[in-house]
Amino acid sequence: MLHKKNLEGKFKMYKNFFRYLISAIFLLGFSVNSNADFKVGFVYVGPTGDHGWTFQHHEGRNAVEAAGIKTTFVESVPEGADAERVIRQLAQSGHDLIFTTSFGYMDPTNKVAKDFPNVKFEHATGYKREHSNVSTYSARFYEGRTLLGHIAGKMTKTNTIGYIASFPIPEVIRGINAMTLAAQKVNPNIKTKIVWVFTWYDPGKEAEAAQALIDQGADVIMQHTDSTAPVQTAEKAGVWSFGQASDMQRFAPKSILTSIIDDWAPYYVERAIAARDGTWNQQDTWHGLKEGMVAMGPYNSAMGADLVKEVEQLQKDLASGKVHSFTGPIYDQKGNILVAEGKVADDGMLAGMSVYVKGVEGDIPK
Amino acid sequence: MSLDISFIGILIGSIMASSVPLILAASGELITERSGVLNLGVEGMMIIGAISGFALMVITDNLFIAIVGSMLSGVIISLIFGFLTQSLLTNHVATGLALTIFGIGLSAMLGKNFVGIPGKEFPILFSSLRESIPFFGPILFGHSIVLYFAFALPFLTNYFLKKTKLGLIVRAVGDSPVSASNQGINVILVRYCCILYGGAMCGLAGAYLSLIYTPQWIENMTAGRGWIALALVVFATWSPIKVLIGALIFGGITILQLHMQAIGFRIPVQFLSALPYLMTIIVLVVISRDSRKIKLNTPTSLGRIFYKEK
Repeated sequence: MLHKKNLEGKFKMYKNFFRYLISAIFLLGFSVNSNADFKVGFVYVGPTGDHGWTFQHHEGRNAVEAAGIKTTFVESVPEGADAERVIRQLAQSGHDLIFTTSFGYMDPTNKVAKDFPNVKFEHATGYKREHSNVSTYSARFYEGRTLLGHIAGKMTKTNTIGYIASFPIPEVIRGINAMTLAAQKVNPNIKTKIVWVFTWYDPGKEAEAAQALIDQGADVIMQHTDSTAPVQTAEKAGVWSFGQASDMQRFAPKSILTSIIDDWAPYYVERAIAARDGTWNQQDTWHGLKEGMVAMGPYNSAMGADLVKEVEQLQKDLASGKVHSFTGPIYDQKGNILVAEGKVADDGMLAGMSVYVKGVEGDIPK
Repeated sequence: MSLDISFIGILIGSIMASSVPLILAASGELITERSGVLNLGVEGMMIIGAISGFALMVITDNLFIAIVGSMLSGVIISLIFGFLTQSLLTNHVATGLALTIFGIGLSAMLGKNFVGIPGKEFPILFSSLRESIPFFGPILFGHSIVLYFAFALPFLTNYFLKKTKLGLIVRAVGDSPVSASNQGINVILVRYCCILYGGAMCGLAGAYLSLIYTPQWIENMTAGRGWIALALVVFATWSPIKVLIGALIFGGITILQLHMQAIGFRIPVQFLSALPYLMTIIVLVVISRDSRKIKLNTPTSLGRIFYKEK
């Protein structure tokens, strides 16, 4: 056995030697066109088949690949120590641009970026850009939430909207607030009930949370988690629901009113090409309905033609900037004014949002 | 705020539904442990059962085959554990942990093509009675056949261990394999059977998740329930009836904390999530103070390697 291993090792050595030789020849021959070696890496928090968050990032990667750029990806990478190891490995193995696609990768991304100044990093939904080779990008999902709130406010009979929340971070709280404000506008009696599940991804728990909200009288369910379990639970219970991150219609054809769809593909292609051609710059991108990074799934005909028309108009106005999701007056739960009448919340305030608006029940867990 | 009597019925019904995988896996593991084998691979066997059941359902479109197949897959994967620990005499703890890691990886690989396929509706029994009888309706009726089986299982297990000759043999093998062997009992064979049975129950527990509870395949969908089942066996001090009670408490905490949030009670969510584990530790501390109570049900040779001297 040992002997065989040695032989294999030797063989591998020769193989590697030849590989280097061949690449050296290629490099000499095509040194002008170093683009052939350009590689993009992706780090995902869930499996590519979650039909939610990671699925959409993977679609973006497919678009980059289709644009003729080599890519690799690592899926189901836990947020934490493992993430740094994976990102470092990608950087070491010759990737020129690395997309890290979950909030929890923020610190590991910046840490690795420090050690690899020649590699470009793109971190999704974060705010830390500690080194010049780190960009951040996110989508204005709250614009989609405004549309969901409008629909939910019109569709509910019990005036109770159930919301499954993951972690108490600004992104999630922003969604809850945007939805509640829009629902209140069309239905002043609306109540938002929230259940925190402290996970992005646990179908069993997400289903139980949906059921708990339905048992408490919610007849519209929405979620800021990644699996399709909540919409399936809603379908079974005969209440309304919304798809999250991707079009989840086929999992609950009767129940789903529409879906918020994250479309990362154009951004990924643009940034990958920029990095390849040397025009990549550090930036903080926050795109919404206008740029198409946030898109809406088909509207359920059960909403009625009038409501569909109304929502489509609102979608257009949000995209053109005529309507803003956070337009004053906005009050917090205690009645203190957050945004004055006639003003809209600026991006700084949105990015750091950490209080509920009036009308949301309960406290934000610490 | 609807805390009326019919709502409490619905609540108990959903607690029962959420405790089924815990009851199944813990009852299976209990038999394995009573024969003196500690199999920490519960999570791995469950996840293999979940993907096998779902895959078979998609391929054959037959729920019966899917359920039986998931149990068989649990048997097959526990056979690996049995062979390693009983025939090759490897360490139980290390082998069990390896089995869990292996199971999670293998299931993800097998499941690649089954992600994103909507599941099939599993038939529920007496659904009309569920609606028509207040309070008792949602508790007693409108469940899947697997739930009724799960709730009968602890009583059957109790009867088996206390009243049958085979049960006595299992207990003897778990308490003193050497004496059992001297009595002419084939210790290794008995332990193999108990391991395979445990595997079948864990496979079924996994299939309950992927076919009935949240009908779809998702990577890592057992999400730590196997570990809770393991804690549950200790919590129950190896008594089948207490497994049932414990599973309802553990399942109840999860459901209750979600409902309490929905109702609007202000409780620290993180604390409630940790409660099942905390309770296990407390029970361990309490029972370890009374040695008679431990001796009553604890398999004395749990986790010890047995080999027949020739």
